Amino acid sequence: MPGLRDHRGPPALTVPDDVVPDDVVIVGASAGGLAVAEALRRKGYQGGLTLLGAESHPPYDRPPLSKQVLSGVWARERAYLRQADELSALEADFLLGDPAVRLDVAAREVLTASGRLLRARAVVLATGLTPVRFQGQDGLAGVHTLRTMDDALGLREDLLDGGRLVVVGEGVLGAEVAATARGMGVDVTLVGLGDAVLADQLGDLVGGMLTRLHAERGVRLRLGVAVEGLSGSGGRVSGVRLASGELLPAETVVVAIGSRPATGWLHGSGLSVRDGVRCDSRCRAAPGVYAVGDLASWHHEKLDRRLRLENRTNAVEQARIVAANLLGEDRPYLPLPYFWTDQYDAKIQAHGFFPSGARVDVVEGDLEQNRFVALYHRDGKVTGVLGWNMAKAARLHRGRVADAIGD
Amino acid sequence: MNIAVDQDKCCGAGQCALLAPEVFDQGEDDGIVILLNPSPAERFRAAVREAADVCPASAITVDLRP
Repeated sequence: MPGLRDHRGPPALTVPDDVVPDDVVIVGASAGGLAVAEALRRKGYQGGLTLLGAESHPPYDRPPLSKQVLSGVWARERAYLRQADELSALEADFLLGDPAVRLDVAAREVLTASGRLLRARAVVLATGLTPVRFQGQDGLAGVHTLRTMDDALGLREDLLDGGRLVVVGEGVLGAEVAATARGMGVDVTLVGLGDAVLADQLGDLVGGMLTRLHAERGVRLRLGVAVEGLSGSGGRVSGVRLASGELLPAETVVVAIGSRPATGWLHGSGLSVRDGVRCDSRCRAAPGVYAVGDLASWHHEKLDRRLRLENRTNAVEQARIVAANLLGEDRPYLPLPYFWTDQYDAKIQAHGFFPSGARVDVVEGDLEQNRFVALYHRDGKVTGVLGWNMAKAARLHRGRVADAIGD
Repeated sequence: MNIAVDQDKCCGAGQCALLAPEVFDQGEDDGIVILLNPSPAERFRAAVREAADVCPASAITVDLRP
């Protein structure tokens, strides 16, 4: 990175990895980045702390974006993770609205879009995900992805203007957006490649129930169909084109077809970023460089395989391990994954893993009453517990998954 | 130590009830947090602190002052 060297002054000291850093730069000021900063302070770390955020909002919570923020039940401030006084108590420099554009791993230097050069003894990568887009969607008004606060507020404005919404993608985000928009009285069509809503994530039984739930609530479902692209006129979207040639007319379109780790700025850094930042079992990508949250791929020692989790719980749990390891502990990250989704009056809790082809047994409650706990089994082991409007009972079964993965 | 919970933010994960069952419980169906003891004894401090840290909805606030 010759461009950086010119500005850098004396060469950075070589830091033995077992030394506590006196300066930490955290790239990403969302749930994971903030949690690392807070955990460091709580553990008594007194050195310099900088959080660099691509967005200009103070740290906020993303799960409410597709629900309470989109529906307007919450004002945006309600989704902020901390009050202003709590942020100042951290004694950290928040550099917001200034995305990182380059990392020098050996020197632990981060270059920002505005030209700031931040050097630290340790760097934490927490830049999250970037939604996948359709080619050409950026030129069309009315087409949205949903990742940021501004995305949610922009989508909300379009929905309030009325008109038909087509949501592309039958995963968690697409399904939540469809449910919230229906609650706002919007005309919604949900299109997806899968045969049932969330079937890829939770299997056919739960997928079938969710699909029926959306249909009952008036969502038009076009499942098992491929989308070819978007149509527009006069710079505004007019519909979604299916591979069959059919056009689904729409004034607003949400593209929720997945995300990629936001590692574009790390190309050329020397870090391995094929599917997220490749870390060891300690969430360390290189000496003095750690990754946390959606973009971190690490080796789960108990499962003996590489994982990368895109959920809110992972961000804070992993942050605690990263903070500990930054301060000289040597802790592997061994989580039992957990996510939840709220759609209409269904509150779904998912602990563990839900592999395709798993056997699903209802162990409490009743499918007919939309209130049950199901265990997922594969190869003779319990891999996951799912609660549908039975959150507490589901949590009480969580230990069975933990036992099976050896936690 | 004083604890406050925001039931409106709670997502029903139940991590708090797992970590500090003497202090937190959750509703049977929606899983929403129930604060059993807003001023628990000092011996629960570490567990309460961890519960607040890992709460995926940031619904728990802890004031560590006695």
